[in-house]
Amino acid sequence: MNLFNLFLKSVFVDNMIFAYFLGMCSYLAVSKTVKTSAGLGLAVTFVLVITVPVNYLINKYLLSPGALAWISPRLAEVDLSFLTYILFIAIIAAIVQILEMIIETFTPSLYAALGIFLPLIAVNCAILGCSLFMQERGFSNIGEAAVFGLGSGIGWLLAIVAIAAIREKLRYSKIPKGLEGVGISFIITGLMGIAFMAFMGFKL
Amino acid sequence: MNVKKLLIEPLRKANPVTVLVLGICSCLAVTAKLKPALVMGASVTLVTAFSNLIISLLRKGIPNRIRIIVQLVVVSTLVILVDQFLKAFAYEVSKQLSVYVGLIITNCIIMGRLEAFALSHGPGESFLDGLGNGLGYSLILIIVAFFRELLGSGTLLGYQVIPQSWYEAGYQNNGLMILPPMALIVIGIIIWINNSKTESK
Repeated sequence: MNLFNLFLKSVFVDNMIFAYFLGMCSYLAVSKTVKTSAGLGLAVTFVLVITVPVNYLINKYLLSPGALAWISPRLAEVDLSFLTYILFIAIIAAIVQILEMIIETFTPSLYAALGIFLPLIAVNCAILGCSLFMQERGFSNIGEAAVFGLGSGIGWLLAIVAIAAIREKLRYSKIPKGLEGVGISFIITGLMGIAFMAFMGFKL
Repeated sequence: MNVKKLLIEPLRKANPVTVLVLGICSCLAVTAKLKPALVMGASVTLVTAFSNLIISLLRKGIPNRIRIIVQLVVVSTLVILVDQFLKAFAYEVSKQLSVYVGLIITNCIIMGRLEAFALSHGPGESFLDGLGNGLGYSLILIIVAFFRELLGSGTLLGYQVIPQSWYEAGYQNNGLMILPPMALIVIGIIIWINNSKTESK
């Protein structure tokens, strides 16, 4: 598959929030203002671009059936795929921790912008979900995995900034009492999801 | 130890999904049919209960700074057990759930309960708390799946419920209910009903 098509597909058609509901918790909790939600969106994109290719390599050279053949032919029959979850989540937690330290040392301004969100990201479902989708779809090279990570991250950023903008305006409208806050955000997300379904017809 | 309170409260008053808004992430996509929703609910309940129990037993030995990693390792080990079990005994359902079984690891309910409850309470209480929260979560999953399958496909657990004569009289399944966005709208309505009931009391 052409890389540009893959990018468009992961931003719009397979949008992490509207098509798969991944990362909903932080999506609902942090989307109160556009500024903070853009910060979190950027942090998620950043982490996805790094973790998906790394997990691609882990999957290819460690986990998939017969992947250990590069160490010695005797290991060719070993199938470690049952370890997927534990390894992926450990890699993600480690990368988030390392990134936090690197960003803090070298670019304090970026750290001030992303800092508070980074620890949240280790347990964001979108990150683990993206790695698992990558494994399920079997991309043929690391470039595709990176583009998939980038596209999914940007799709997530788009979704959270859009809902934050709507919620900022929503403060001035009259909403039935029990529906205020979380309830209305769910319904708006549902409606936005229906709008995004228009992209499903695109054949890329 | 107040067993009843620990088990009943998460079902309505402190429901993890509708009141605390946790754990919506991995699980709306599994509510198009009742059967995967039941399996998912049972898996999450088991994982929440046992991870709460294990972390509570270990809580005095875990250094505070690395507790997140320890929690993730315990939870993902339990999820691997559930996943292997499903693959062995319910292969069809495990295919339908696909990556969402793995995503139980990052389900915020589990991490939330570990942080808020298991780290400061004894094993027995923690187990019950995990069980209660898992059940509260399953309850919402089952309600949503019930309406989506009934209105969307006219079946429940795969058996036809809407009588054939209705279809002949012109009744049609609402295809919109099967699509993912409707799950969000159904939950929004549940939250609305729940909120207005608790307020009027």
